[in-house]
Amino acid sequence: MVNEIKGGCDLNTIIKYGIILIILAFLSLTFGGVAGSTSATAACGFAKNLRKDMFYSIQNYSFENIDKFLTSSLITRMTTDVTNVQNAYMMLIRVAVRAPLMLVFAFVMAFVMGGRMAWIFLVVVPILAIGLGIIIYKTFPLFKKVFTKYDALNKSIQENIKGMRVVKSFVREDYEKKKFEAAAQDVYADFTRAERILALTGPLMQFCMYVVMIFVLSFGSYTIITSRGLDFDIGQFSAILTYNFMILVSLMMLSMVFVMITLAAESAKRIVEVINEKSTLTNPENPVYTVKDGSISFENVSFKYSKKAERMVLANINLQIRSGETIGIIGGTGSSKSSLIQLIPRLYDATEGTVKVGGVDVRNYDLEALRNQVAVVLQKNVLFSGTIKENLRWGNKDASDEELVEACRLACADEFINQFPNGYDTYVEQGGANLSGGQKQRLCIARALLKKPKILILDDSTSAVDTRTDAKIRKALREYMPETTKIIIAQRTASVEDADRIIVMDRGSINGIGIHKQLLAENAIYREIYYSQNKAGDQSEN
Amino acid sequence: MKTNQVKNKKGIILRLFKDILEFYPVMLPVVIVCILFNAVISSIPAVFMQNIIAIVEKSWQSGDWNAVKENILYLVFILGIFYILSLVSGIIYNQMMAFITQGTLKKFRVKMFNNMQTLPIKYVDTNNHGDIMSYYTNDIDTLRQMISQSFPQLLVSSVVVITVFGIMIYFCIWLTLVVILGVIAMLFVTKRVGGGSAKYFIRQQKALGHMEGFAEEMMNGQKVIKVFCHEEESKKDFDKINESLFNDSREANRYANILGPILNNIGNVLYVFVAITGGILLITNAPNFSLSGLAMGISIVVPFLNMTKQFVGNINQVSHQINAVVMGIAGAQRIYDLIDEEPEQDNGYVTLVNVREENGQLIECKERTGIWAWKHPHSSDGSVTYTKLAGDVRLFNVDFEYEPGKTVLHDVSLYAKPGQKVAFVGATGAGKTTITNLLNRFYDIADGKIRYDGININKIKKADLRRAIGMVLQDTNLFTGTVMDNIRYGKLDATDDECIAAAKLVGADDFISRLPDGYYTMITENGANLSQGQRQLISIARAAVADPPVMILDEATSSIDTRTEAIVQRGMDALMEDRTVFVIAHRLSTVKNSDVIIVLDHGRIIERGNHEELLAKKGQYYQLYTGAFELE
Repeated sequence: MVNEIKGGCDLNTIIKYGIILIILAFLSLTFGGVAGSTSATAACGFAKNLRKDMFYSIQNYSFENIDKFLTSSLITRMTTDVTNVQNAYMMLIRVAVRAPLMLVFAFVMAFVMGGRMAWIFLVVVPILAIGLGIIIYKTFPLFKKVFTKYDALNKSIQENIKGMRVVKSFVREDYEKKKFEAAAQDVYADFTRAERILALTGPLMQFCMYVVMIFVLSFGSYTIITSRGLDFDIGQFSAILTYNFMILVSLMMLSMVFVMITLAAESAKRIVEVINEKSTLTNPENPVYTVKDGSISFENVSFKYSKKAERMVLANINLQIRSGETIGIIGGTGSSKSSLIQLIPRLYDATEGTVKVGGVDVRNYDLEALRNQVAVVLQKNVLFSGTIKENLRWGNKDASDEELVEACRLACADEFINQFPNGYDTYVEQGGANLSGGQKQRLCIARALLKKPKILILDDSTSAVDTRTDAKIRKALREYMPETTKIIIAQRTASVEDADRIIVMDRGSINGIGIHKQLLAENAIYREIYYSQNKAGDQSEN
Repeated sequence: MKTNQVKNKKGIILRLFKDILEFYPVMLPVVIVCILFNAVISSIPAVFMQNIIAIVEKSWQSGDWNAVKENILYLVFILGIFYILSLVSGIIYNQMMAFITQGTLKKFRVKMFNNMQTLPIKYVDTNNHGDIMSYYTNDIDTLRQMISQSFPQLLVSSVVVITVFGIMIYFCIWLTLVVILGVIAMLFVTKRVGGGSAKYFIRQQKALGHMEGFAEEMMNGQKVIKVFCHEEESKKDFDKINESLFNDSREANRYANILGPILNNIGNVLYVFVAITGGILLITNAPNFSLSGLAMGISIVVPFLNMTKQFVGNINQVSHQINAVVMGIAGAQRIYDLIDEEPEQDNGYVTLVNVREENGQLIECKERTGIWAWKHPHSSDGSVTYTKLAGDVRLFNVDFEYEPGKTVLHDVSLYAKPGQKVAFVGATGAGKTTITNLLNRFYDIADGKIRYDGININKIKKADLRRAIGMVLQDTNLFTGTVMDNIRYGKLDATDDECIAAAKLVGADDFISRLPDGYYTMITENGANLSQGQRQLISIARAAVADPPVMILDEATSSIDTRTEAIVQRGMDALMEDRTVFVIAHRLSTVKNSDVIIVLDHGRIIERGNHEELLAKKGQYYQLYTGAFELE
């Protein structure tokens, strides 16, 4: 076109080229638009699928898998890491195809149009490539290092916010400021170092462009004039300047993609870790779907949480529990009370020996069938944001309102729910923040009762409930669920006194089994716990 | 709080600019000059190219290189000088920008952090901690993007656009008019598409927050989900949220991605129109209308086409920065909200000083004597009185409300003589913690009076008041650092021996010396590598080394086993010795050993007396004591 304007000044030709160019522009717009739009869909869809795969994978985790990851780390993986990968992916599909194509095309065109002039690119491009390579090579480890420091800085802010009361009550504001300033300075210094190297990219590219410009302008005009436009004419002249720009821009984009991909690689690794984490518990091939009764037996059971752990958390447990029995379990922290009961609904697998429910090895049951019959009220229990009703229906999503009220009555939750203005439709904040500890525990018990389980396990579930209500709940369970096996772990001896049998745990083994009076007479640990809780009362009563 | 007011965007940008100028009074102007210089210089080569092409055009048929050699090489030489200048200024401003960007971020971080230290405790109590954190992470990140990329880009592009525009007018006004039409179209598109993009980007941020909240809640309750076989339901809920996030982010990115091609191709079409118009002008030999008065010729049209490209390219660049700028302004706004947050007021003038006793007189002195006194200047007669620090605390008819109209403490009066122990007992929400919050002025009382050693605490400087009152909280907040550092937190100039002595006093020495590195064991993540009881012991030792005459203790409710509990209890007891103590009691033995037990209910004192008296009364305390009442 430039040739035409220069040469013929034929308006028709110009318009002809113009129309072609406009059509090309529309095509380019359509394709560009479609590409932009589809790449957005593709990248966001990719991110969506990653999040979904992660979440689904986490849902299939066993307790052992859950223990491995921190919640905060899982969240970062689902947010920041996915965003990194998404951005890199979008760059990749938008640029990684286009830039090399553009590069090759521009190269070819430069040689076709520019002839000998194009050789200059063979000099300049390697310089640029090597320069970019050095920059990436130098900055990448720097960035990696500084991001760790940056994380630490943010962690220290978090610590400060959480501990504000401590800071204020010790009047350590100035000390904290100084500490923070130093850490921030450190991060600043490292970031600046990395960014300064990275900031050389622009000038480097400019440098290459200028070299080509100067070469083409001087040597080009020389060639045109000396050859009288035979070897090289003005049209080629301006064409090669355009291609110069195209080549350098596409190289630049490629290097950017490269940087993004290397940065995203770390994120991708962390995502894949979550997705590839295989659940350590799987359903058997021909699972048993019905649980006959609530009898439980431990046969030579030993257990440790991790294969690497040296010491067994539970050692050689033998225990028979009849269907419908009420069992109390008591013992100090670290005596493995919770570990013991978590084997029953197969939250963990026993390392050695077998755990049987209803006479069948728990590993032979369908997991869902087993867990529906073995209800556990966990020590660290959680209510979810939603109404009380919604929370209760976790136990049985088809439960009628009458059933909900019935379960709450047994768990002594009905009394306080009715005092709320909205009753059962009262909204529970995340983690049950708007309920007291005792209220939360009672709701959790009610939620478990709705399952109508054959085995009910309460793991220290009434610690915040007053003794009178505690006794009332136990009485209700005994009277209304005689068929159900009940296992109660407690800190207070008062909570287990009336159990059919009490198991005293100590350092991963059974120290004694018996009824209250018997243990009080024979078992030293039980006696110690009992007296430490009742001694003060006895004295003052006198 | 004035947080939610929508302030005008220009105001925010102006303030940001002012602040950066204040941080870098020399560097910023230099950078701006360099950027402008660089931009102007980058648009000048077009002029030289035009000149060279004009020469070549004139003489290519002659084949006589020597005739034009000098002329061309001279132009190339000048061009080279401009290139070098451009490179140098480019390197200078890029390097300086690295300092300015990172330095500004650092200064904003420090500013936010410093102001946060001065805020009343209410700020931390009433704001979500995750939200506060995001000032330091998300908002700072958006600012980084805006300062390091958008600002220079905008500056460069606007200068280039203006310069190129000038040159265009210089060459040919007819062609310039064509370009202006194209620019109007581009601005229109940018506004429509770019606006849509910004809207969805902000929606995407919100959706992301929603997804994060949901995932966090589910993962915290993951074990409960397992126990109730609730996996499928939670997957379904997640899918819904994930889908809406996908929609928002797809729209946002779609708009952003489409904007480039649209602008580019408007540019292409514009290019064609300029070429055609140029052709027509050339063929019809139309008179040129320009500032330069140059005649229409190929040497005008060719560079004009290049300039059109440059022009469009720069407008395109600006449009790419729109999202960054919109989010950057929102981020800056939030950062300023934190920086502007009203600090805690302190009108106290009574201070705590070291004194010497001479002939029954208290003489102020600089060195540490171990004896402290309140220095109380009286404005009426200019005299100064000294009162020995003793630890006598009295409350007179105190009322308090967290929110206006919702009184949580009613007419509370009580006293603790030096060395006495006062225990607070009552259900959650009865007002136990609230009273302790008032003593060290975390919150100010609505009505009544609190006196420390006979001085109204409103007259005491807050820092000194807090130094005179120690605190051991239920949530033991330890800081990253060694065990020794954490103990020393109570008294920064304490020697190692003093710290160890404090640890021994409260019975923490035993377990600390059994840690892998003893006192130099690193504590991480709020002491996750220590047990609950061990963390409590360290926080007790920390209070012990500070050695204040008055202590506020909040006993932990959490179920630690009997044996550890006994050790912690002994530590607490050691700490309480010879001090005035206010204790939020959960343990029977603590309550029993107190001089006074205050039973609170709904913000009122309903019973008071010692253990025996209260038991004999058979009232509320008796019920609590016998476990017939819910106590937390």
